[in-house]
Amino acid sequence: MEENESNKIIDEVTQTEYKYGFTSDVEMDMAKIGLTEETVRFISAKKNEPQFMLDFRLKAFEKWKTMKQPEWAHLDIPPIDFQEIIYYAAPKKKKELASLEEVDPELLETFDKLGISLDEQKKLSGVAVDAVFDSVSVKTTFQKTLHEKGIIFCSFSEAVQNHPELVKKYLASVVPIGDNYYAALNSAVFSDGSFCYIPKGVKCPMELSTYFRINTANTGQFERTLIIADEDSYVSYMEGCTAPQRDENQLHAAVVEIVAMKNAEVKYSTVQNWYPGNKEGKGGIYNFVTKRGICKGANAKISWTQVETGSAITWKYPSCILKGDNSVAEFYSVAVTNNHQQADTGSKMIHIGKNTKSTIISKGISAGKSQNSYRGLVQVNKFAENSRNFSQCDSLLLGDKCGAHTFPYIKVENTTAVVEHEATTSKISDDQLFYCNQRGIDMESAIGLIVNGYAKEVLNKLPMEFAVEAQKLLSISLEGSVG
Amino acid sequence: MLSIKNLTVSIEGKEILKNFNLEVKEGEVHAIMGPNGSGKSTLASAIAGREDYDVSEGEIIYKGKNILEMPVEDRAREGIFLGFQYPVEIPGVSMTNFMRTALNEIYKYKGKEPLSAGAFLKLMEEKKELVEIHDKLANRSVNQGFSGGEKKKNEIFQMAMIDPDLAILDETDSGLDIDALRIVANGVNALKRANNSFVVITHYQRLLDYIVPDVVHVLYNGRIVKSGPKELALELEEKGYDWIKNEIAG
Repeated sequence: MEENESNKIIDEVTQTEYKYGFTSDVEMDMAKIGLTEETVRFISAKKNEPQFMLDFRLKAFEKWKTMKQPEWAHLDIPPIDFQEIIYYAAPKKKKELASLEEVDPELLETFDKLGISLDEQKKLSGVAVDAVFDSVSVKTTFQKTLHEKGIIFCSFSEAVQNHPELVKKYLASVVPIGDNYYAALNSAVFSDGSFCYIPKGVKCPMELSTYFRINTANTGQFERTLIIADEDSYVSYMEGCTAPQRDENQLHAAVVEIVAMKNAEVKYSTVQNWYPGNKEGKGGIYNFVTKRGICKGANAKISWTQVETGSAITWKYPSCILKGDNSVAEFYSVAVTNNHQQADTGSKMIHIGKNTKSTIISKGISAGKSQNSYRGLVQVNKFAENSRNFSQCDSLLLGDKCGAHTFPYIKVENTTAVVEHEATTSKISDDQLFYCNQRGIDMESAIGLIVNGYAKEVLNKLPMEFAVEAQKLLSISLEGSVG
Repeated sequence: MLSIKNLTVSIEGKEILKNFNLEVKEGEVHAIMGPNGSGKSTLASAIAGREDYDVSEGEIIYKGKNILEMPVEDRAREGIFLGFQYPVEIPGVSMTNFMRTALNEIYKYKGKEPLSAGAFLKLMEEKKELVEIHDKLANRSVNQGFSGGEKKKNEIFQMAMIDPDLAILDETDSGLDIDALRIVANGVNALKRANNSFVVITHYQRLLDYIVPDVVHVLYNGRIVKSGPKELALELEEKGYDWIKNEIAG
């Protein structure tokens, strides 16, 4: 009798816990559909944010309500109902699979072509990984090294909790709340992202990538990144990965801000490979990103390197404000579009300080029925004596159903400035392909070779481990585009 | 090695080769001469398998197999090499990368292990020596910024790397000064084996001072109108192509 009684209690307790614990979690961890002030307050409360963050979000939300989606880009964007989106959902654990056999074979094939190790493949596709291969220990060692140097590298949420003074000081200092429609939206509802601070005089000894951030939660569709390099510091930061990434959220609007103080250098590399949609142009991510850095002090340097192969629509202009005298900014980009992808990407270089120097190297590759545009602004302000810019925008066409466009804007208010712009458009010629074929190289490898040769100048700027994968990625992205 | 029978090839509806016949045995060097527009380069492209060349009749038998349906890269992997008249530039692709890719694919096709990086580089040095390329060819992009002579030497260099069974050299001598000509010819002679064959297409006789052919063919108007021993080349040089034209007309 007694035993039965206790069993009954145990049953009750466990089942009760199960019942409430589970269902309440689901209710609490998802915002109601649509975007209202309530949504913004919900997100802030959910993340237990201090008042200044709530105020920041609310201000952004008010601003966003007065704004309209930009229409100037050379993009055909299907209407987006912003009230049909769920703006906050707690990071969901990906469904764990028992083995690689349960993974989409097409995905595995791509992994193989990219040369991704089996363990990495499992990790990326959500297969349970043997504890030995779990990279937590690697990450911990990594964090320890950073900690010793005084480098802060954590999720944005953690930064808000642990370093509110830094967040308060620098958040939106480069990309103001009302900078553009998507930046305002991001400011109101961003869920998480990365935060990085390099103290004075510190050279970060390793490439920082989100891969090594402890608690890498699913940062969701509105990602926020803030990188601050204090005086005389250096950091190289890598975002994204070459493995194909799928996401149930179609709209992505991220904001990245970089602050480089006197003599500081920041290298920011991106490989973007979001799901581009199928061959008929169905599905795929809309990627509306605002990335901007400021060379705040003298001799500061910021360089953006990006390899963009994914997303159905890309709207992205990593830019630099060259405020400090003698500061240097660079933008190196390879943007590949295939099938029905559309990309409108480029850079803005705003010269404010004296003797500032910027370089833009953009390599567009269009195939299939895609549209690929370069859009860039070079602006030299009144007091930016002896400023220089060199821009080179090349387009490579594969086939005759795609489009390549260049929209360079140049605005110079100082007569001592030197601004150069070069542009070329070329096609992969049949002669080149035949030449490769005749040496025993098949069509796809030949295209891979030629395209990588074309993009070499940019790929060379990537950190080593990224560059090798990016090369393979370029070839894969263009598979089936010729012949 | 190579047996071409009744081959008719057109480009954009225009017949360039008409009922063309050619028989090349193992270990032989054949020279094909002829005036401009006689179909010399078309022959080279057709054997290599270039797409825009429509073969309406005949067959190309290589090592006992009709290769007409075989894609270009497989013909290459089977041992057919074409030395181009106008080698194309491929910006940003280093010669090392290009050759490595080519050799790897050929070896893979033949079921051979790919060369190690060390063995590959050693082979490159050795073959560079053969064609007297002294600079850092390895780091230069394929044919980019090469002089006319360098491009042709580069063709022979690639041939040496690949070591084909059947090499077709399409006017490799055109535009070469006498030194480059000698180097190119020496390269070819060094690669001659008892079981490989060369088809040397040329406009002028002078290359044949260095590469001695077993047979000389005269191509005119899409077919071979005269074949003979190496002396035929000299006769042609002396009398010009009009002699052949008149002979045919007469």
